Amino acid sequence: MIKSADVVVIGGGSIGCSAAYNLARLGFKNVAVLEKGYICRGSTGRCAAGIRQQWGTEMNCLISRQSIRCFEVMNEMLEYDGDVEFIQNGYLMVTYSEKEAAMLSENLKLHKKLGIPVQLLSIDDVKEIVPVINTDRIIASTICMEDGQANPFKVTDAYYRAAERLGVNFYTYTEVTGFKMQDKKITAVVTDRGEIATDTVVNATGPYAKLISKMIGHELPVEPERHQIVVTEPLDPFLKPLVMNFFHNSYCQQVVNGSILVGYGNPTEPKGLNYDCSWQFIEELAAKVIDQFPVMKNVNIIRHWSGHYGISPDGQPVMGTVPGIEGYYLALGCGKGFMLSPMIGELIAQCVAGKETTLPIDILNVERFNKGELIIEPAVV
Amino acid sequence: MSDKTIICRCEDLTVEEIREWISKGCDGFEEIKRATRIGMGACQGRTCRRHLIAELAHANQKSPAEIDLSTFRPPTKPLKFGAVAGVDQDD
Repeated sequence: MIKSADVVVIGGGSIGCSAAYNLARLGFKNVAVLEKGYICRGSTGRCAAGIRQQWGTEMNCLISRQSIRCFEVMNEMLEYDGDVEFIQNGYLMVTYSEKEAAMLSENLKLHKKLGIPVQLLSIDDVKEIVPVINTDRIIASTICMEDGQANPFKVTDAYYRAAERLGVNFYTYTEVTGFKMQDKKITAVVTDRGEIATDTVVNATGPYAKLISKMIGHELPVEPERHQIVVTEPLDPFLKPLVMNFFHNSYCQQVVNGSILVGYGNPTEPKGLNYDCSWQFIEELAAKVIDQFPVMKNVNIIRHWSGHYGISPDGQPVMGTVPGIEGYYLALGCGKGFMLSPMIGELIAQCVAGKETTLPIDILNVERFNKGELIIEPAVV
Repeated sequence: MSDKTIICRCEDLTVEEIREWISKGCDGFEEIKRATRIGMGACQGRTCRRHLIAELAHANQKSPAEIDLSTFRPPTKPLKFGAVAGVDQDD
């Protein structure tokens, strides 16, 4: 392992790899990425692969809008010899109540202002786009055809290989165990395989971010929330957009190989890291799925797993410096890390380099939680 | 085995493709599973697991017993949503 680095990125998921690539691109010659397992072990490798712009806060919309521009050209941008499988089949948002419908129409105004092409749909439109959907209780629905999906493993692999070509050192199976500090300044990262001297650390560990912060002496209010997902046997294409249902709190989409991915997180569950799969989840999920798509009663579930969102108090990412600790940066997507990873990586690299950031990330600084300046994201499941 | 021998029938993967990913640095079961979906199909690795272990053992110059397996996921066999929800399914 190298003895010292200009920047140490902790976390080998989509954000960590994107941050490392962007740091190297901005001219940092000596960047190290530390990953306690293998690339994509954590939340990126467990996510449902959706990518959307239909958010309710301006920052979430802007970061996702710019990220989609990156996904559109990603294979070329990263000179990837494979395919990141980015497909723009849309996100269909479905509501069963007047209150949620009002939220969608509020969001629609924001999307219009920011130039995000979202349409309000009639029930007939919904039926036409997804013939198998049960429209009985739908009050309002919107779609953005620029939204879609990409393969999280391939996206991360593309960033990882591009970063490696630019000279970034990756250390997998290397766990951070602590930090060396001098007067609130970081001087080294300690791992189970040795130490790296550095004055700059980027925390891109998603649901583990709180634990890393604790080692530095910082209280971070980002909590792991377990989500579980099942995947079905592959089927002929019948579900074009990802269907997000605010009543059922669920997301459901057909991926490239024909399998359906469907999942949700139970917001009342105690927060914490928990990789178990529960039978209760499958039972509740089956009812949610059959209510939305009655034909799915005949479809086989073949696999069930769990992963985590890192939930911030307002549902927006946490990015930038940490007041009081010199050289410590946070790069956390907070429940949407994969889909925002192209821009979070770019913005945090600009921030570390002391350049002006392409988007105004100051409002996403962790200090907002102490000052009470929360801007709540309403459109989350 | 010829290079074109299919070792994962669910995801239609040949020995050649697996060896290519191993040579690109995906030399553990979990890594290669993520890159190719090997073992994640309908049979859940019942056919390909032993073949992949043999390939990984060979590539890493280890004995098959030293190769870490990927996580075994529920359900043990494919299960219909309707069966879980207790509603009638069409045959």
